Amino acid sequence: MESLSVHSIESFGTHDGPGVRMIIFTQGCKFKCLYCHNPDTIPMDKGTKYELEDLVRRAINMKGYFGKLGGVTVSGGEPLIHSKGLIPLFKRLKGEGIHTNIDTNGRILNAHTKELIDNYADLVMLDIKHINNEWHKKITGGHEVTYPLRFAEHREASGKPMWIRYVLVPGWTDQPEYLHELGNHFKDYQTIEKIEIQPYHQLGVHKWESLGWKYQLSDVEENSDEQLLKAKEILSEYFKEVKVN
Amino acid sequence: MSNRGFKNGNWNESINVRNFVIQNITPYEEDDSFLQGPTDRTKRLWDVCRVALKEERQNNGVRAIDTEIVSTINAFGAGYIQKEDEVIVGLQTDMLLKRAMKPYGGYNVVAKAVSEHGLEVDPKVKEIFTKYAKTHNDGVFDVYTKEIRKFRSLGFLTGLPDNYARGRVIGDYRRLALYGIDALIQAKQQDMDGLVGPMDDSRIRVREEVAEQIKALREMIEMGKRYGLELNRPANNAQEAVQWTYMAYLAAVKEQDGAAMSLGNVSSFLDIFIQKDLVEGTITEADAQEYIDQFVMKLRMVRHLRMDAYEQIFAGDPTWVTESIGGMLADGRTKVTKTSFRFLQTLYNLGPSPEPNITILWSQNLPEGFKRFCSKVSIDTSSIQYENDDLMRENRCSDDYGIACCVSFQEIGKQIQFFGARTNLAKTLLLALNGGRCENTNTLMVPGIKELEGEYLDYNQVIENFKIAMHTVARVYNESMNIIHYMHDRYYYEKGQMALVDTNPKINIAYGIAGLSIIADSLSAIKHTKVKAIRNEDGLTVDFTIEGEFPKYGNDDDRVDDIARKVVNHFNNELKAIKVYKDADPTLSVLTITSNVVYGKKTGATPDGRGAGVPFAPGANPMHGRDTHGAIASLNSVAKIDYKDSQDGISNTFSIVPKSLGADRKDRIVNLVATLDGYFGRKAHHLNVNVLNRETLLDAMENPEEYPQLTIRVSGYAVNFTRLSREQQQEVISRSFHDKM
Ligand code: SF4
Repeated sequence: MESLSVHSIESFGTHDGPGVRMIIFTQGCKFKCLYCHNPDTIPMDKGTKYELEDLVRRAINMKGYFGKLGGVTVSGGEPLIHSKGLIPLFKRLKGEGIHTNIDTNGRILNAHTKELIDNYADLVMLDIKHINNEWHKKITGGHEVTYPLRFAEHREASGKPMWIRYVLVPGWTDQPEYLHELGNHFKDYQTIEKIEIQPYHQLGVHKWESLGWKYQLSDVEENSDEQLLKAKEILSEYFKEVKVN
Repeated sequence: MSNRGFKNGNWNESINVRNFVIQNITPYEEDDSFLQGPTDRTKRLWDVCRVALKEERQNNGVRAIDTEIVSTINAFGAGYIQKEDEVIVGLQTDMLLKRAMKPYGGYNVVAKAVSEHGLEVDPKVKEIFTKYAKTHNDGVFDVYTKEIRKFRSLGFLTGLPDNYARGRVIGDYRRLALYGIDALIQAKQQDMDGLVGPMDDSRIRVREEVAEQIKALREMIEMGKRYGLELNRPANNAQEAVQWTYMAYLAAVKEQDGAAMSLGNVSSFLDIFIQKDLVEGTITEADAQEYIDQFVMKLRMVRHLRMDAYEQIFAGDPTWVTESIGGMLADGRTKVTKTSFRFLQTLYNLGPSPEPNITILWSQNLPEGFKRFCSKVSIDTSSIQYENDDLMRENRCSDDYGIACCVSFQEIGKQIQFFGARTNLAKTLLLALNGGRCENTNTLMVPGIKELEGEYLDYNQVIENFKIAMHTVARVYNESMNIIHYMHDRYYYEKGQMALVDTNPKINIAYGIAGLSIIADSLSAIKHTKVKAIRNEDGLTVDFTIEGEFPKYGNDDDRVDDIARKVVNHFNNELKAIKVYKDADPTLSVLTITSNVVYGKKTGATPDGRGAGVPFAPGANPMHGRDTHGAIASLNSVAKIDYKDSQDGISNTFSIVPKSLGADRKDRIVNLVATLDGYFGRKAHHLNVNVLNRETLLDAMENPEEYPQLTIRVSGYAVNFTRLSREQQQEVISRSFHDKM
């Protein structure tokens, strides 16, 4: 039986893609973002094995709630680590007429990933951590921004829908010049339907502590409404829809 | 019967309001943009009410009590809020929020309620009810068996309507407006003429009942006269239609103080009169909204005299003026009309409120504009609940029904219910583990249950014992019900309401259970892990150790959800096998009102790991914090309980913080609609929806005066949050709030 390493399942997701969604949080991520609010999804060696058919059954049971918009989102951790295993899952979901969505940091783009997102993912939500390489590395634990950008290029070439997601961390990711740079980079993309600003919050701090890791952004405060508005204003110059999530 | 320009049909030949509605309804498929705010008159009236409500809160929850007059349809003179501003008149007594004595349910309860507020019942009334008149309560306790008393006092059967009125009967209050009382008396007289020999018990009883009903109808004419209303004739316009309907309801709440006194489904009926006047240009939309606002305001002011102990099972002083709105007609058209919207609009015009207990009859086919408006109202007020119209219409074979009390189907004018409170089924499970003895008192309740053998609890053995226990509990429960309803008919017959129901209606007896999630999880633990009982010196279970993880109800996991489903099915079959007084048809509910707290208190530790005395989850809800897969998985577990096994209703309360429902208002509205479509699409029965922040509730606990209208849905009804006891408030707050993002 095929299975997937899952951190948890949220059956009533309303912030990870359109409509009401089942969210499968997969286990494992190679990034270690400073603000990660689910750090317990990072280690590769944890997680619960869920059989694909069990996941499909759960999704079918929820189908009635999805309405015209909703469906299944696979998030993480980093779901594309499991690209190969996700192909049969998404095939089954598509067969059931369920909308599929991947929430990714865009690090991986191998043959399995391409098959998965080109053929079976109705939507891809790409998290851009920062547009500047140095900052990107600082935030993610040393990873280059070229990978997510390459990923975006690939999705654009496929012509299929994509959302950009951006966590707005005061003092870290809200520098106006970089927001402009981000906008400029993507302004000609045809497949981007919207950009979502994810407000920064500290809800995951206790999880860092229980993992025995130090949380480095303890003194960063949550966004003020003003900060959110300002970022929204800048990004609105470049994207057709900007939403604060 | 005069047709007043309406389309004719069967309704002209006999008493048939449904036919009138079908012939004349104007379904409305658009959105809420036509709605209007309150008129100045309405605002002034509501201001007076608000002051009175404040006085009531400050005076220990009761503004005034009349200690001299025994309330009947006709006992009080006219009462007003502020006469010159009222377009819809009528109060229960001669003063706003003054409560009246209705001692036919039980005199001691009334005397206690009066004395708890530092007053005394007038000596003459006392003399009558202690020396000469017999009450329902006297009758029941004259004949209760020792066994029933034991099950009652130890908390296996609880909240039985043996010292208060049973309620649950819904009169067809629309009849007064459509036909006028003269025609109704004539119809009842005809019934009477047909009720001839042989004069056996039941025939004599029906004749007496109809005679009482006719007297009640005459009293209603007199009651109307006090307000200058000619209730003997039909209503001639929209204002009269609202007024007449309210007068019929008012007669009911003057005569009876049943736990639940539902209104039925009057809104779309009233819409026909309103629509006609609007088309003819005799009224404006503002007038239409004013009639409904003022009608609803009156319904909000309904009060009954209760003693403090009543609070434990029905907290927050509820009256269950349940009005059912929406749904579909059998012919495929929707029952949604503009007046469906107008009723909901009162929650904006007058602010949120627990009463009337607005229940949306949800169908997949409801117009989208109405679905969205309901969703918006839920998000803004947390004041309304939802029930599955598709499911009830199909299973119960009627499209003209209301909700009795919290969640229960009742065909209007054709059917009534005998309210049955509920049995504590989690405590019954403990009988299975303790050789049939009560886990708290060591009293033998059910003989013939073997003591369990072996170190660990054996699933099959437990199930076998549990079945024996359920069999006995069902029998005792049935016996108590027969006695209660026999006596209620005899000493506190609902003559006013029954005058507005067909002679010899169909009857459902409404049994109930509490503790379903505890049972499901306990049996799941016993089945899927090793559970050891810790026993005291009497050999009674006091605690349990559980080795390992077990599937928990509330996660869309068939391994445990099936257990819940089967238990309901089994107990329902036990009850169905026993004949009931007046040949009532047994139905079962999974519902607790607010009694889940007190039931928990009376129940020892259970094998699911719940400690002794810990509150149950309300209704059919999963236990707090055990539904770890999110809201939909939780809803899906509850949806698996088969409505056919639980036709009195399966109550589920869904509380969510606004942010979790969606990022912004637009998303939230759409997502809640999708959730309701999804849940009811899985043949689920009922859902309370609360969209609230936990912080709001915490703040309201500390600063109640700032939240006079904060409303929250609990099992099957809504309450004013600040009127709950602290313990109940804490229980509500501790409950699963879905707050994942
Ligand atoms: S990519 Fe996502 S899951 Fe991975 S560390 Fe960053 S925030 Fe956490």
